[in-house]
Parts: sequence; C-alpha cells; structure tokens
Amino acid sequence: MGTAFDTITFKASSCDGCGKCMTACAEAKQGAARISIVPGTKESSFELAMCRQCGDPKCVMVCPAGALAKDDGSGVVQWDASRCIDCLLCTAGCSYGGISLDSHTARVSKCDQCDGDPACVKACPTDALQWVTAGSVFNKYGDKEDMFVPGLSGCQGCNSELIMRHAMRKIGRNSVLATPPGCIPGMGSVGYNGKTGTKVPVFHPLLTNTASMLAGIRRYYDRVGRKDIVVMALAGDGGTSDCGFHAVSGAAERGEKVLYVCVDNEGYMNTGMQRSSTTPFGSWTSTTPVGEHMRGKSQDAKNLPLIMVAHKCAYVATASTGYMEDLYDKLDKAVEASFRGFSYLHIYSPCPTGWRIPSSKVIEACRMSVDSNFVTLWEYTREGGLRFTRSPDRPIPVRDYVKMIGKYRHLDDAQLDHIQSRVDEQVTLLKRMAAAPAAEPAVI
Amino acid sequence: MEAKYLIIGSSHAALEALRAIRQVDAEGSMAMLTRDVHLPYSPTILPYVVSGRSPAERVILRDEAFFTASKCTFVGNTTAVGLDATAKTVTLADGGSWRYDKLLIATGAAPAIPPVPGLDGVSYHVLRSLDDAQGLRKAMGTARRAVVLGAGLVGLHAAENLAEAGLAVSVVEMRSHVLPGYFDAKASTRIEAAFTEHGVTLFLGRTVVGIDGGKGQACTVRLDGGEALETDLLLVAAGVKPVVDWLAGSGVAIDRGVLVNDTMRTNQPDVWAAGDVAQARDFHSGEQALIGIIPTAVEQGRLAGMGMAGDSYVKPYAGGLPVNTYRFFGRVALSIGQAAAEGGGEVAEHEGPGYRRVVLADGRLVGYASVDEPFDVGIMGELIRRRVDLSGCKQDFLDRPLETGRRLMSEGWR
Ligand SMILES: Cc1cc2nc3c(=O)[nH]c(=O)nc-3n(C[C@H](O)[C@H](O)[C@H](O)COP(=O)(O)OP(=O)(O)OC[C@H]3O[C@@H](n4cnc5c(N)ncnc54)[C@H](O)[C@@H]3O)c2cc1C
Ligand code: SF4
Repeated sequence: MGTAFDTITFKASSCDGCGKCMTACAEAKQGAARISIVPGTKESSFELAMCRQCGDPKCVMVCPAGALAKDDGSGVVQWDASRCIDCLLCTAGCSYGGISLDSHTARVSKCDQCDGDPACVKACPTDALQWVTAGSVFNKYGDKEDMFVPGLSGCQGCNSELIMRHAMRKIGRNSVLATPPGCIPGMGSVGYNGKTGTKVPVFHPLLTNTASMLAGIRRYYDRVGRKDIVVMALAGDGGTSDCGFHAVSGAAERGEKVLYVCVDNEGYMNTGMQRSSTTPFGSWTSTTPVGEHMRGKSQDAKNLPLIMVAHKCAYVATASTGYMEDLYDKLDKAVEASFRGFSYLHIYSPCPTGWRIPSSKVIEACRMSVDSNFVTLWEYTREGGLRFTRSPDRPIPVRDYVKMIGKYRHLDDAQLDHIQSRVDEQVTLLKRMAAAPAAEPAVI
Repeated sequence: MEAKYLIIGSSHAALEALRAIRQVDAEGSMAMLTRDVHLPYSPTILPYVVSGRSPAERVILRDEAFFTASKCTFVGNTTAVGLDATAKTVTLADGGSWRYDKLLIATGAAPAIPPVPGLDGVSYHVLRSLDDAQGLRKAMGTARRAVVLGAGLVGLHAAENLAEAGLAVSVVEMRSHVLPGYFDAKASTRIEAAFTEHGVTLFLGRTVVGIDGGKGQACTVRLDGGEALETDLLLVAAGVKPVVDWLAGSGVAIDRGVLVNDTMRTNQPDVWAAGDVAQARDFHSGEQALIGIIPTAVEQGRLAGMGMAGDSYVKPYAGGLPVNTYRFFGRVALSIGQAAAEGGGEVAEHEGPGYRRVVLADGRLVGYASVDEPFDVGIMGELIRRRVDLSGCKQDFLDRPLETGRRLMSEGWR
C-alpha cells in the first residue's frame, strides 16, 4: 500500500477573509504567516497561497543545499534551517507561493502543518480550513489484511468497493458477513463456482430475511461463548428500507446484537435502476421515468436512519465516503455498539452509472451532498441523543448539488423548490432533536 | 563495464535524470560517472563553503546509501575523454571504457578563461568545484587584497565573501553594470551601491589589458584606464562554457553547447544531454540557447531521464526561462524572464524603499525583477510560462503584484 498523508484543506466558498488563520500562524511560528489569504476576483471571495506539500516538490529539486526534503512519514516538505543558505531558489520552484521570504528572519519559511495540529485550522471560524486525516486512516487500514478477492467488478467510480474493503479490513477475520441481493454480492463478494469472494464466512440471504438470519447467528455464537464475532450485513437500501424492512425493524426492536450497514445508492441499481423508498423526490429511475406525464419520482425519500433512531438502537449513524475520517470514526463506534445491541450505519454512496455522473465526480458529489445538507451526517446513541458530526455553517443551495447529477437533469423550478424545502424541513427537525437533552437511558 | 543507463556528470541534471529513470524503471542497470572526487554537491553552494557557513561535509546532496538504494553505481574521480556513438561506448582518462544502451551527457559547464595577456603566467583561482572553493578559502586566509574578474553571479558572490573576510576587493567587469541580462540599470545600480558601501571597488565598463606576475600568488592587473591593481589573490569569474571537449569527433552536434531537441535528445541515437552543457530551447526566443541555472538543469534532467526510461508521460520542453534569486549582504534581488528587456514590451517600474520592474507584452507578463522587494518568483514564472492573459486585471497586477499573482495561481489551480 502506498502512503497517504493528512492534509490541510481550503474551501474558498466558506472563507470570509477574516484573516484569523494568518494571525494564528504568525503567532504560532513567531514570524511571518505561512498561510496567505488574498482577495479573489469576485466580490468578497478569497484565495489561498500556502504550501501544498506536493508529491513531486519542485522546491526540493532545485535546492542546492539539500535543505528541503519530503518527509516519508508525514508528507510534509521539511526545511532544515541549518543547511539552508538562503539562496531563495526554492521560491522559484514553487508555483503557489508556498515557500517565501519571511522578512522578520530574512530566511524562507513554509508551512510544516504544526506537526499535525495546525494552528490556522483551529483559528478558522468558518471551517474553510480543515485538517483532513483521511491519509492516516488509509495508511492504517491499507496495511491491514484485505478480506475480499482482488478484482471485484463494481462500476467505475463506485464507492461501494471502497466501503466494503475498508470496513472489512477494519473489522477483520472475526466476523460473519451477510450480503443480501444487491450490488455488493453482485460484484463478486459472495463468490463464484463454490468459492467465496471473501476471507470471512459470507452468505447471501434473501432480501427479506437478512436481519433475522443474523439474529440467529449471533444468538448461536453467544450460546457457544464466542462473544468476539462481529455479526454483520453489508446491504443495499432496497433490501433494508423496502423488502427487508420488517426483519430489520424486528431485529432492532428486539435489540439483537448485530451490525447492520446499509449502503444507500438511492435505488435498486444492480437490477436496472428501479426506484426504492430511499430514492429522492424528482429522481429519474427506470420505474419513475421522465416523459409527458411523469417527471421522475413523485414521492419523497423515506428517512431510514431517522426511523432507526425511533427504534432506540444502541447506535445509529449516517456517513459518506466524501468524509472518510468521519465514516471511520462511526464504524468504530458501530462495531463496538453491535456487541451491546442493534447497531445501524447508513452510508450514502452515489451510483455513477444509475445517477448519470462521471466516475471522476463521485467524491465531489458526496461532498456537495453534505455541503448542501441534502445528506446530513450525524450519530445517535441512547445516552447522548442525536449529534451532528459535520454540518455546513452556510449550506450551499441544493440546486448546486442536484445540477451535477444526470438523474435530476429534467427538474423544473417547482421541483427544485420542493427538494430545497424538504431538505430545510429535515434539517430543522434534526436540529431540534440535536438541541433537545438526551433521553433517559432506556432501562431494559 | 556496461550499464543500461550511463550518466556522465553527478550534479543537478544528472541527479534529476536518475530520479526520473527510477520512477519508471526500478531495476535497469545504471551508472553515474563524474570527474569530481566527491559525492554529488551543487556548484551554487560554493560561495558558502568559501565563507565557511556551509562546512564541506554538509554540502553533499546524496550519500552512498542513496546510490545503493537507487541501484546506481556511483564512480567518482573518473573523467570521460571520448564518445563513440556508434559502438555506444564512452572512454575514460584512465584507459577504461563503459558501454551503454542510453547515455546522458550532463557534464555541465566549467569556468571560461578569457584571453588576457599574462594570465597564463600567473596563478589564479576559479570557483566551480568543491576543491576550488576550499582552495579559495585557504588563500583568502592569508591574502589582504583581491581582484575579481567578472561581475556575474560567481564573481559577485566571491567578491562579497572576500570583502566580508576583510580583504580589499576590486571587481573588474567589461560591461557597464553588474549581473547584466538579469537586471536593468536601475536595479543593478542598487546592487552596485551595496558593494561600494561594503568597501568593494567596482571597475565597470572596463577591460583588463594585461597581468604581470609578482612574488608567489601576487600579481598586478592592468586596466584600460591605466590603473594597476596590485593583488595577492586573483579570481577569474568571467563566465562559463559547456564541457564539450570530450565529445570532439563523436558526431554529437555542438554549437556552443550540445544541441538538443525538446525532449533533450542529441542528434545521435540514444544520447541525451541536459543542464549547463546543453543548448536547448529558450522560452522567449524559441532558439537554442545556453541558460546555465539550476531550474533549467533540473527540468532538462527530468525530461532526459523520462525519455531514456521510455516514460510515456514525457511532455516537450517549453523552453528555459532565466531565473536569478540573488542575496547580497543580506538583501534580495530577484529576476525572472525578460526582466532587463528594453523596448518591445510595456515596462512598469515602481520605485519606493524597494524597486520593481514588470515587463508585459500583449497583456501578458514576460519578465519581472526587483531589488529589496521580494516576490513569488515561482508564481511569476508560471504566469509567464502559461502566458496568462492579464488584461482583465492589469492595474491590480501592477499595483499589487504579489497578491494578484497569488490569487491568479490559486484560482487557476481549482
Ligand atoms: C558560484 C556559483 C554560484 C551559482 N549560483 C547559482 C544560483 O544562484 N542560481 C542558479 O540557478 N544557478 C547558480 N549557479 C549555476 C548552477 O550551479 C548550475 O547551473 C548547475 O550546477 C548546473 O548543473 P549541471 O548538472 O548541468 O552541471 P554542473 O553542476 O556543472 O556539473 C557537471 C558535472 O559533470 C561532471 N563532469 C564534467 N566533465 C566531466 C567529464 N569529462 N567526465 C566526467 N564527469 C564530468 C562534474 O564533475 C560535475 O559532476 C551557480 C554556479 C556557481 C559556480
Ligand atoms: S533558500 Fe534554503 S531551502 Fe530554499 S533553495 Fe535555497 S538553500 Fe534550499
């Protein structure tokens, strides 16, 4: 596995130019700020000049003193003050103003990410600057044993494989996995010709009985004293919210100790892109076509994770592959909770084929869905109630997100307004729930 | 001996080629030959070896472990004296030879020695190798007076070293200003004033008519105005010339340097050249020119290495841009592109505590220089290379070049 690095990210659309990052940097480094926010072309827009810790750093290549080097561990381009001869050639190598002359010291200075705790990020009041630790997450799990066969046949750009491989790397061999009908078994995880596609016991239940079967397996393991086995499903939204819902609801109500992961791609994509109850309003699917009479789906999506909250599960959370560190954090908690009761993790995962988006835009779609509140990221426990883990302070209009997705191309203004109002409604409700004090722990 | 990849020279161009080759071909046998006795170092660091700021053992850019890990045989103290491009063989001064599949000529440049009457009869210093630097440092310890011939980068760096060490220094330059080509007269004048303030005597627009020998290292340098400069130490820094003598009779096409196309190939099959030795496309004129600086050596070395290893991502060379980042007595002078150009373009000069000179042509940046007013050299270089149209933000750019440049690059990146 290659090495990935943690990084500071900048979202220009959230920056209001307050300059607190620069002050914080200058203070932390006792010199000139190594981050520079400059006015953008448009009114009250802002741009950033800062070291990008390039993978192929030109500053390093041109340094005649060997004073710059990319650190293999952190990915930071490190500057060695004792070797530097102050020739400034590195400033000619950098295209981003990432290393420049500090007039206080008359030497070059550049961002060193404050050893993994950047002062600028902490000072940013709008979250325009963020410290993204997905790199460490990938390194940690990239080194672990992969539990699937190589060459799963997912569509190009689909995140399901990412979710599957990384979730199972984390959970490891002590697990039993159910993959009910859908894309996940469809791409080869169940196996072919009598061989499984995984290194852990895997089975292919019916759409309707996944949660019931898992409940039985867990009870058996409990009986024989194997309390260390994670009993889990990697299921689709159709099998979870429609045909398998009674089994999921029943297992949750009984408090079965099961980890249920729903990978939500908003429809039955594997069988030809039919609508499911989680398909959003207005979406084109093969059963909600766009023509003279129909303009895509005419009902709103069912909010399944919220329904699971109403079951008072041990843990309920939503996640998105756009924010892997958030996803990983929740996966940890979900696994732990599955030894105490029903644990439900709902992961939003765009379908490039069925949604009609280029494979290169999938992660961007994930991010925009969160930035517009179309997808909300939160977690729920009986003890702590509902808590947002990542919510935009200034959400972008839902239109901006919807615009990039082919299945919404036909939407008219009224439909777009409808989606926006539903998103707003949903967020208001969630915010009320988040603000309310946590419920008394249920006495079982 | 033989190697799939044979690299002659061990400096910037050579090291970048090694890196580019190993990115594509982790195993192919490789050897790097250099006439230097030391592990790789940069000539640019030598003034700091002279001053004592950089101890010689700390200027090494790659150690033995690096060459072992890179599966490259490093052979020092070995001078190439001939090339047979048909037999694909390089012959060495010690009588040995190396056969290659792909050859990189990265022998850089060496000091040019002007035909001054009497120069061959006296002992003088040059500054290109680590041994030169250590020799100069030693000589500097006992001398009281020094004369430097040439006010280019090397001459000025050395003059500063010598002056800071307490010597009485004179610099003789044929042209009317220091660092010609990089800076216009106004910028150069500021730099010259700093030297004068630090006690260095500048003889600009003057030629040496003869040199008379004296006792030991001492000699007398006679100028066209009749002055006779007595000195204990003479440094010749009158420019450099590509090291191509060893290629005589090889069939490799040479003008002033080795002529290369936009992928750094010479006219001979499987022979590439890069760095100070190569005469490659000049960004501004499109002609093949010598631009002896690290950024071009690095870029050309990378392209040559990619070509040698058959890397399919190799993109043609856009052409070299002159770049100069110069520190003098703690101050800063910077220059990129056609910054000293007179006529043709539109020139905007700004004089305050610092000085800057922006040259535009067709609403696009072609050159930028400053003294005592730092700017992001790399960003300006990118604006020049990408021929970014500045007509929409010209006033912003002229008023606040630093901010506007940063903004343009940040926007262009997304
Ligand atoms: C004092 C000084 C200051 C400088 N300051 C700057 C600066 O501020 N900015 C800047 O950009 N540039 C500067 N330069 C120029 C810069 O150092 C060169 O452009 C750069 O070193 C070129 O690299 P190169 O790999 O082409 O060749 P070189 O560095 O010239 O190296 C040539 C290599 O070839 C080897 N070699 C030569 N002939 C043979 C042979 N026949 N057989 C075997 N090996 C051979 C040499 O040993 C050496 O390893 C400065 C140079 C000097 C001397
Ligand atoms: S200023 Fe220092 S770090 Fe930058 S290139 Fe010169 S020696 Fe290297």
